[in-house]
This record gives sequence, C-alpha cells and structure tokens, in this order.
Amino acid sequence: MQLSTRHLLGIKDLTAQDIQLILDTAAQFKEVLQRPIKKVPSLRDVTIVNLFYENSTRTRISFELAEKRLSADTINFTASGSSAAKGETLLDTVNNILSMKVDLVVMRHSASGAPHFLAKHIPAAIVNAGDGINEHPTQALLDAFSIREKLGTLEGKKIAILGDIMHSRVALSNIYLLKKMGAEVTVAGPPTLIPKYLQEAFDVNVSYNIEETLRWCDVANVLRIQLERQNQPLFSSLREYNLAYGISRKLLDSLHKEIIIMHPGPINRGVELDSDVADSKQSIILQQVENGVAVRMAALYLLAGKRSEN
Amino acid sequence: MKTIISNEQLQLTIQRLSHQLIENHFPFTDTVFIGLQPRGIFLADRIVAAIQAIYPEKKLEYGKLDITFYRDDVHKELHIANQTTIKFNIENKNVILIDDVLYTGRTIRAGMDALLDFGRAAKVELCVLVDRRFNRQLPIQPDYTGKTIDSILSQKVIVDWEKPEVVLY
Repeated sequence: MQLSTRHLLGIKDLTAQDIQLILDTAAQFKEVLQRPIKKVPSLRDVTIVNLFYENSTRTRISFELAEKRLSADTINFTASGSSAAKGETLLDTVNNILSMKVDLVVMRHSASGAPHFLAKHIPAAIVNAGDGINEHPTQALLDAFSIREKLGTLEGKKIAILGDIMHSRVALSNIYLLKKMGAEVTVAGPPTLIPKYLQEAFDVNVSYNIEETLRWCDVANVLRIQLERQNQPLFSSLREYNLAYGISRKLLDSLHKEIIIMHPGPINRGVELDSDVADSKQSIILQQVENGVAVRMAALYLLAGKRSEN
Repeated sequence: MKTIISNEQLQLTIQRLSHQLIENHFPFTDTVFIGLQPRGIFLADRIVAAIQAIYPEKKLEYGKLDITFYRDDVHKELHIANQTTIKFNIENKNVILIDDVLYTGRTIRAGMDALLDFGRAAKVELCVLVDRRFNRQLPIQPDYTGKTIDSILSQKVIVDWEKPEVVLY
C-alpha cells in the first residue's frame, strides 16, 4: 500500500485511503517520538530543502524537526537574505538547488499554486507547506490526526471552522479532508469573510452565527484573522470582531457541553480567541503542534518511498 | 507445497523453545521478550504464554517491536508500519528477540538497530521458528531454532498460524 500521488500539493489530490494511510503511519511515528532516542534512520539517503518564501514559525520548525527525526539531510532557504531578493525567479532558484542533488522540496509561498507550478517543471517531489490562500495540506492532516486522537474517528463528527474562511488555506484543506473522511462541516464567520459559493461547491453548511454553530459542533477549529491578506477592510474593527465572532469563556460555558477548541496558530489573543479559552483544558492547540511533527514525518516518509518509481 | 512443521510438531517445538529459554534465563529477573512485528509476535505470544503457563506467578516482560522505519529498502519498497509497544526499560537487560523465519538476516539487523535505540541491552539473543540457512546476506545466527531447513531463493516459507503449520512453497 502506498500513496496515490508523488507530490503532496493539496488534500484535493488525495484519496480517502491516502489520508488514512498518512494518519495511521503518523500514529506509529508519534510512538517513535516518545522513545528515548526520538529518531529513525528511514530517510538517511534523502536530502530535503525547505523553501520558505513566506514567514513561518511552527510549520518550518515542525518540518525541519520531522526531517531530522527521519535522519534526512536538510537545507533551509528563506526568501529574505537570499538571491530571490536580487530578482532570481522561483524556477531558477529551485533548479539551482536541485542541481546540488536534492530529492524533496518542502515549499511555502504567498502565491497560490506556486508548488503546482514547480511540480510541473522539476523532477523532485514537492510538499506544499502552504501556498497563498489555496491549501495547507499538512495542517489539515495534523488537525485530522488530533481530532481522531480525541474522538476516535472523523466519520460523522461535527466540525466547525470559524473565522476568516476567505483568506485561509487551512480552511480549504480542512474542508477537503473532512468531507473526504465523512465528517459534517459548518463554516461560520462574518459574511464578508466567507466566500459566496462555498456551500454549493463543497457541500458544507454556512452560518453567520458563532453561538449557534458552537452549540451544533463537537470540535471548533478557530482560524486566525489574516489582516496581512486583506486589501480592504472587511470588518470595522478587531474589537468589534471579537465581540461578534470571538470565542470567550462565557460563551463556551453557556453551551453546557464540552467542545474541543483548535487553532492552527499563531493566535491573535483577544481577537478570535480569548486567552482563557486558548489556555483552557478544552483547547488542544499545543497537542496539534506536537502531532504536527509526527504527521509531517509520515507524509515525508511515504513520499520518499515513491521516489524509486521515477 | 510441502509441510515442514505440522500442527503437532509445532506445539512440541514451541514447548521445546520455551524450555530452552527457561533453562538459560530462569528466573527471568533480567530477561525481557521482544516479538518482531508483524509476524514474529505470533510466535512470541505463544512462547511467552507457554512459559507463563509453567510459572504462572512470574511477571514476564514482553514487548512488540516494529522495524519498518529501520529497513534498508525504503526506496525500493514501502512497508506499512505496525505498532511498537515496549513499556519497560531494556537497559542492562537480556533481550530475547523473537521472529518466525530467519532468512536474509536483514530484518534482524533492522530489529537490533531499532532495539538499541531503546537502550543498551546487556545481551541480545535471537529465537526463530524456522532458520533458512544458506540464504543469509548478513552474519547473523539464531541462538534458539525451531527447525533448520535448506531452501532455494525462489521458494517461500509460510507460517500459517490459523492451522497452525509451516509450509514450503
């Protein structure tokens, strides 16, 4: 059994079996991470470049750690401080790096579709670590892994995705994944931050009422307000956003049921999540980060296993 | 197809291996059992159960080890990982590695590498049900053997735990 694709460009291209395989393999890597020596020699002969054209803390560290735990050789590239700042094109940069014998490219870019473009032009396998407002597949996989760990399965579970859906690659990847795995999905947030045809295109419920959505769901995945991607104001102020769509302790207590709170980070405290919610025992935000390493190990391991076919 | 170990013989062989282990390791204070995933655990389950049946009061330490991530053929063939459960410390312990068929020796090599990442064992021994001698690719020999057989590369040894018996194709 192996993945049906040689790149991990998005959840859109994966089958339910692929997702299952990645999550099951991740569970075994999670056990490896509890051992005294948290490292296996699987990818000793693999060289991976982490190509980050956009800022990142969690994802970059998580990928790098995953690669090191798999014994791969790694090179880090960040756009600032490189020749990209001198005007070198993406394809030139990558081809130069690949000429130094690199097998796998992990890539983050602010342009949606950048990894898909690369996949057409270079021989190496590509892992999308977030492209613009398109997809962030490993985040969706680690979210799914964390939900599965808490609830046992994704099938039939009620998952709410809250906040800035419009600018969120995490939202899109999550929607693809959750629908493929048979979960029920509701997206909720201000009308200006929810794309118009989402309901028809993805068969998800759309709500503009946070409280109602929280009452309905088992898990609330709260997204960050991405001010850096908003070219025009889409709500009047952060304070107002917090009052209408933020999640407070008081709101959660009023539900009289314990839902799971997730957030892909970085959190805007006091905007989409209040601190006493983010730090409560209902929140699995730090477990998500922990699981991220195991899930990325699984994805890299399974993709590296596909190399020989080319 | 040829039966190498029949159902009755298999019961006797498991009893003999268990008694050999008792002879060398009693009272099992510093000895732990590790079954190799995925197929070695079926033999390991039976050996540990047989020893436990003779000494019901003894607490035997038994773990399962998956070697998928330690294989040397990741780029050739992808194997699905199984669960590793080792809930005890192997530091300074005598470890008995248990697998069903010893063939090229590569699985055991991977198993030893995986094992050593859990700590420095005092001694590692190998117990197998079937030893396909003359097919080794690495210098590895078993300490306890159910049956030694001569076979050629194109043949397959299958341990069928449902019947149970061991057959050569």
